[in-house]
Order: sequence, then C-alpha cells, then structure tokens
Amino acid sequence: MDWINAIVQGVLLGGLYALFAAGLSLMFGVMRFVNLAHGDFIIAGAFGAMVLVELTGLNPLWMLLVVVPVMGAVGYLGQRLVLNRVVGQDLLPSILVTFGFSVILQNLMQETFSADSRRLSAGALDTASFSLGSGLSVGAVPLLMFVAALLVLGSLNWFFARTNMGRLLRATSDDPEIIGLMGADRRHIFGIAMLLASAVVGVAAVLLAIKTNFDPAAGPIRLLFAFEAVIIGGLGNLWGTLIGGVILGVAQGVGAQIDPGFQVLAGHIVFLVILVLRPQGLFSRSG
Amino acid sequence: MSPLLDIMDLDAFYGDFQALFGVDFTVDAGEVVALVGANGAGKTTFLRTLSGLVPSAGQSIRFANQNIAGLPAFQIARNGIAMSPEGRRLFPSLNVEENLMLGENGGREGAWTKQAIFELFPILEEKRAIPATLLSGGQQQMVAIGRALMANPDLLLLDEVSLGLAPVIVRDIYAALPRILGSGASVVLVEQDIGMATQVSDRLYCLQEGRVSLTGASNGLTRQDISTAYFGRKKEAS
Repeated sequence: MDWINAIVQGVLLGGLYALFAAGLSLMFGVMRFVNLAHGDFIIAGAFGAMVLVELTGLNPLWMLLVVVPVMGAVGYLGQRLVLNRVVGQDLLPSILVTFGFSVILQNLMQETFSADSRRLSAGALDTASFSLGSGLSVGAVPLLMFVAALLVLGSLNWFFARTNMGRLLRATSDDPEIIGLMGADRRHIFGIAMLLASAVVGVAAVLLAIKTNFDPAAGPIRLLFAFEAVIIGGLGNLWGTLIGGVILGVAQGVGAQIDPGFQVLAGHIVFLVILVLRPQGLFSRSG
Repeated sequence: MSPLLDIMDLDAFYGDFQALFGVDFTVDAGEVVALVGANGAGKTTFLRTLSGLVPSAGQSIRFANQNIAGLPAFQIARNGIAMSPEGRRLFPSLNVEENLMLGENGGREGAWTKQAIFELFPILEEKRAIPATLLSGGQQQMVAIGRALMANPDLLLLDEVSLGLAPVIVRDIYAALPRILGSGASVVLVEQDIGMATQVSDRLYCLQEGRVSLTGASNGLTRQDISTAYFGRKKEAS
C-alpha cells in the first residue's frame, strides 16, 4: 500500500512539474529560446505571492488572481524590451542573458527576503485530504496542483488549436522567418509566447509556495525538473510534458519510498535512462 | 499616373555579398510582370527584398506612392504586398485551412476570403483538414498562392510557381491568373520557363548576375533576345 501511495503522490506531484515545464517548453517551442532564469522566475513569483499574502492576509490561492496577470504582463514587456534583442539564430546570447537574470534575481531575492526558507499556508486546505479507501488518501493540495495542471495544459491546447494567435504561435514555431509575410509582427508574437509562459509560471509559483518550502536559491533545481519533464515528454507536445512531469514525479515518489535520500536522484536516473533510450522524448512530434 | 511599384537603383546584400546592383523596376496597376534569369541571378533576392525579408533601409522602393524600403516584412504585407515564397514555405503543423487563414493577419479587406480561395482551387476545400505539407506539390503551391491572396494584396509576388511541378499542373495553376488580376491585384512572377513567362506576362525583366540585362513588352521580345540576356553571351569581358 505504501508503494501505491508513493505512485499516486508522484503522479499528483507530476502536475506541478508539468506546470514548471509547460512555460519552458512554450518558450523553446515558439522562440527556440532557452530561459535559464525560468526556475528563478517561479521562485520570484512565489515570493511575490508571499508579499501579497502578508499585505492582505488572504488565502494564497486568491493571489493567483494577481500573480498570474502580473507575471504575464512582466513577461510580455520583458520580451519586447529585452529578450527580443537576443532571440535569433544563435542560442548563446539568450542563454547568457537569462543566466545573468538568474544570478541577479537570486541575489535580489536573497537581499530582500534573506536566505530563510518560506512556505505559504492555505489554511485548512493544507491538511485536508480525501480517502480513496484501503488506507490510501490524497491530499487536497496535491490534487489541486494536478487539476490545475490539467486545466492550464487543456486551455493552452485549446488556445493553440482554435485561435488566430494560437495558429500564429504554431506557425512561428515552424518557420519564424516568413511569419512577417503573413502581416504579423514577430516581436508581438514572441511577446505573447512569453506572456503565456510567464502566466503559467505564475500558477506554478503560487502552487509551489503552498506545496513546499522555497528559498531564494531554490530556482535552479526547479529549472532542472522542468528541463527533465520537457525532455522526457518530448519537445513541442504539451500533453507529453504532463506525462514527462508525471514520470518524473513517480520516479521521485518511488525513489523516496526506497530511501528518502534517494528521491531526487531517482528522478535524475529515470530521466537519464529515457534520454539514452529515446533522446527525442516519448511523445516528440518528430519521433 | 505613377506606377504601383517604382524601384530605383536597388542594391541588396547578404552580409558582404552583393546580390543586386542598381536594379530599376516598375509595375503598373493591373500588370503581370515576369522576372526571368539563370540560377543565382538574383530573382529570389529581388522578391525577398521587395517583401522585406532582405533589408533595404535607405533605398527607394516606392509602392502606392509611399517609400516602403526598410520597413519590416509585416508592415510591407499590411501595405498590400503578399508573396508566395520560393519553396512554398507552408507551415507543417497547420492544416490547409489554417495555413490559408494565417494570410488574413494583415487585416486588409477585399474579395479574397477562404470561400473565394476554395472556389479558385476547389481541391483545397476537399483537403482543408489535412496538414498542408502532406499535399502534392501542385496542391501545396495552390495553398501558398491562396495564403498570399487571403491578404487581399494590391501586388502579388509569385516565386517559382512551377518549380518541381508537372507541366499540366503548372497550366492549371496559371489558369487562376486572370481571376487574380480580376480581383484588382497586380502580379510579379519569377519563372524558370521562359515560354510560360512570356506567355502569361505583359512585360518581362531579365536579371543576370544581379543586374537587369533586358526589359520590354513580353510579346515584343524574341527568344534570341531573352536567351542572350539570360546567359550573357554577348557581354563584354570587364
């Protein structure tokens, strides 16, 4: 029963990893752009939610209403004002710039919030759980994360399939050079891609803050989980990203069941095995 | 009346490599102008410069009495120049219908709607839900032309429509030209087949090594004139 429990918890944790990964996948998919500050953006969002909770005293889940649009707007502006200058044929400038962002953000957060580990309380939700019978129970927060991941990925899929901007984003991913011939401004499309990715980061940030402890240096490990989920699932496939997140979550859950110290390592090992056996990912479009 | 498109002394560069040298080029409203020349003569570069994919800042490309040189591609598209690019460049993740709909992003009103494209090329309606790059070459070319027409352009640029297609299919595609002109668009087409180029166009330009080597009314030029301009046999060594 402990093992089944470990797997169930791993699946639910996978929802959070899929949220980490969706933004990264979107940025790379549309702009061929690797954001090394992605994890730090998540942590910054979590601290943002924390400040808002301290100011308002409301349940952190309400902060989604503020954090998500603010992150989206900051993402759009950041893309238009800064990152559009470095996206292009060459991957290196964007890597250097976002690495710089990562260092700056971590130090700013350290200065502002100290290195202490924080966590937000969602009140009664923190300890609420649903019994699935035979000793198996599911916490409300992990379940919420998983449902949030389904909603976010489902909405993104709908957006890509059904809207004009969604078509433009897919087309830009296919062939960015000629998107201007369609009468569409590529800089704006990149801004929208960043807006979506950052809004998803906002969702992930608030949920992360409720689910687990975070501190200013916690970004890079989230980035690593996000990379692993994207690569396991295969680039350019959002549901693949969810499966990637779930596989990573389950590997970690099962690893922790074997030995608590083995949790993160088990995730990395499964990731490496999949990378060796199927480098294009499990659900890659080109695979 | 001034021409729809009036280009004077146009140079174009890829990095340090100069691909066009002082090209003068005009298109009147309602005209079909053909552009011929050997591989590497600069035909595609010319169309890419015109549509903003190759930079042209500081030069003179007057379109509808406005200098569009140096504008980004999306603004040139919104001003009314649409291109079916070399190699068709359809978006593989999008189906036929979605590829066509992308052409509307310039926001220009006019006769060309999705329905009008389906009437022009009926096979596309049948294949509307299929990923565009799974179509046959001729059908893909129809999608590329349809996508450009969806922008309701005043000037349509067609780059190598016949490339890799069987002659009978090329004839089918060129059969759409009168209806395209009927919608009020002028056309510049790059064509390898000189017979086809002179047959469908009003005027013709021949490029050779980045320079205009011949120009004139298509029905007034002999094959001999064109092939001389094409291959440059009489060109003095310089």
